[in-house]
Amino acid sequence: MSLSGADVRKLALLARLELSDAEVAVLGPQLARILDFVEQLSELDTEEVEPMTTALDVVNRWAPDKLHRSLTVDEALAAAPRRDESCFLVPPVLGPAH
Amino acid sequence: MSRLDTEHQVETIIGLEVHVQLRTQTKLFCRCSTEFGAPPNTQTCPVCLGLPGALPVINEHAIELAIRTGLALNCEIPPLTKWDRKQYFYPDLPKGYQISQFDLPICADGFLEITDPADDTHTRRIPLVRAHLEEDAGKSMHDEAAGISDTRIDLNRCGTPLLEIVTQPAMRSAAEARAFLSELKLLLTHLGVSDCEMQEGSLRVDANVNLHIEADGKEIATPIVEIKNMNSFRAVERAIEYEVRRQYIDWEDTGETIEDRAKQTRGWDDAAEATFAQREKEESADYRYFPDPDLLPVRLPRERIEAAQATLGELPAATRQRLQSQYDIKAYDADVIVNQGPAMIAYFETTAETAGDGRRASAWMQQDVMRSLKESDWEIGTFPIPAIDLGRLLRKVDAGELDNARARDVFQYMLENDTDAEGAIEALGIVAVDAGEIEALCRELLEANPKVVEQVRGGKEQAIGALIGQAKKKNPNANPQQVKETCLRMIREG
Repeated sequence: MSLSGADVRKLALLARLELSDAEVAVLGPQLARILDFVEQLSELDTEEVEPMTTALDVVNRWAPDKLHRSLTVDEALAAAPRRDESCFLVPPVLGPAH
Repeated sequence: MSRLDTEHQVETIIGLEVHVQLRTQTKLFCRCSTEFGAPPNTQTCPVCLGLPGALPVINEHAIELAIRTGLALNCEIPPLTKWDRKQYFYPDLPKGYQISQFDLPICADGFLEITDPADDTHTRRIPLVRAHLEEDAGKSMHDEAAGISDTRIDLNRCGTPLLEIVTQPAMRSAAEARAFLSELKLLLTHLGVSDCEMQEGSLRVDANVNLHIEADGKEIATPIVEIKNMNSFRAVERAIEYEVRRQYIDWEDTGETIEDRAKQTRGWDDAAEATFAQREKEESADYRYFPDPDLLPVRLPRERIEAAQATLGELPAATRQRLQSQYDIKAYDADVIVNQGPAMIAYFETTAETAGDGRRASAWMQQDVMRSLKESDWEIGTFPIPAIDLGRLLRKVDAGELDNARARDVFQYMLENDTDAEGAIEALGIVAVDAGEIEALCRELLEANPKVVEQVRGGKEQAIGALIGQAKKKNPNANPQQVKETCLRMIREG
């Protein structure tokens, strides 16, 4: 499977990566090799096989709706690159994204 | 059908995506509080902050509430449901993905029946595509004035359980979309699965709108627009109405159809009363959904679904039907009562049963009770007249002890004074007037108004109306109907 430069740039955009032309040229073939590797799976006949949602043999691992202690503001913001008294700070965002 | 000034036949096509916050105490995948209005970043933990190594654990109650909602919406609850990651970058989504459900949602298909806003004797069935569980994102606060300062992020809301309910593009007018939302809110608040407070974000609506235009013997579809940022049902209605006009004009100007343009996102500006273009919607594939390896699937055995079904009780649509048949009231009247919620239904039923007359009770609910509630901004739960007292008052009207006008005086007195019907009747000096008194009163009126008598004899029976007012002045307790009948009889008898 081959990937065009445009494909690579679109993936980079979705991943918010800034790639130089040189990097696109290197990464394109690398990504193609990864896809080819995974593509080998398509050789298998899965016609009669039920799709699997998990490799584990357990389901319904859930917890009751009981309140636990949350972090304090300072604990929550401890790893923030920038903060004010109560919030994370990020560069100005224009318009909603989703 | 929208009202456009055009010779073309234009049909509006509307589909809704409604996010409702489920009424759990804690979040979908961690046990932080979901309470609204807490100080920023005081309801977070490593899971909802998306810290490395933190693992989500499903909130069982959210599953239960989703099942109840799905069943009430006539959905199928498949035996297996699973979780998927929806990837996108935004500062209020710390993990870089939202845990949602892609191909195996918890609720499939389904429908909700609404009263046709164009014809209240008709029911419209709005089919649903699905309803799936997902976690909410955090909140970004932009400095609107400056626009250049930092954006502040509060992650309290991150991970709050949402059920996204997706309709088929089955609605044909803004009024219908609004009716759907009102009915959905009524159902969900009745079930207690969500508060549905748009102001607090516990109910959010996106509307997908386009037009099918008949032109040159062909049906042309305009590009689909998803409208966001609508903060009330009224805003949804107005935004859709606006969008219908805008798309029509746009089509006339550019001729652009659904073939020429991908789905766009437009935001509703309530103050400007217009929608504005937002960034082009990413294609679904761009979210790169894949199964979340941190979470196990959920298996829901038949017995569990049946147990949930058994707890649903009577739903609003069934209550409407029952009120109509049990109390012999019209569909419209049953609708008005049921739409006010459980407290109003209970009030009506007690009043109707005490009065022994469902229709009269209903008429008084629609007029006097609801008007008073509106005027004084009361809730039915704290209405000063208990249902049983109103019922007793109406029983007297039914028995002919009071006419409607006098009963209204009594009602007003009961509202203003803490007293029951008997007390109000006594305080107002209302006494039953016997037939002899009425006859005397009528004789006096007829003698004083020979002209009216002439007119009635000449076949103009309605002339008698002039005497009713006079009778009321002379004796406020005189029943107008009785006065009228007595006068006519006396004229006939000469």
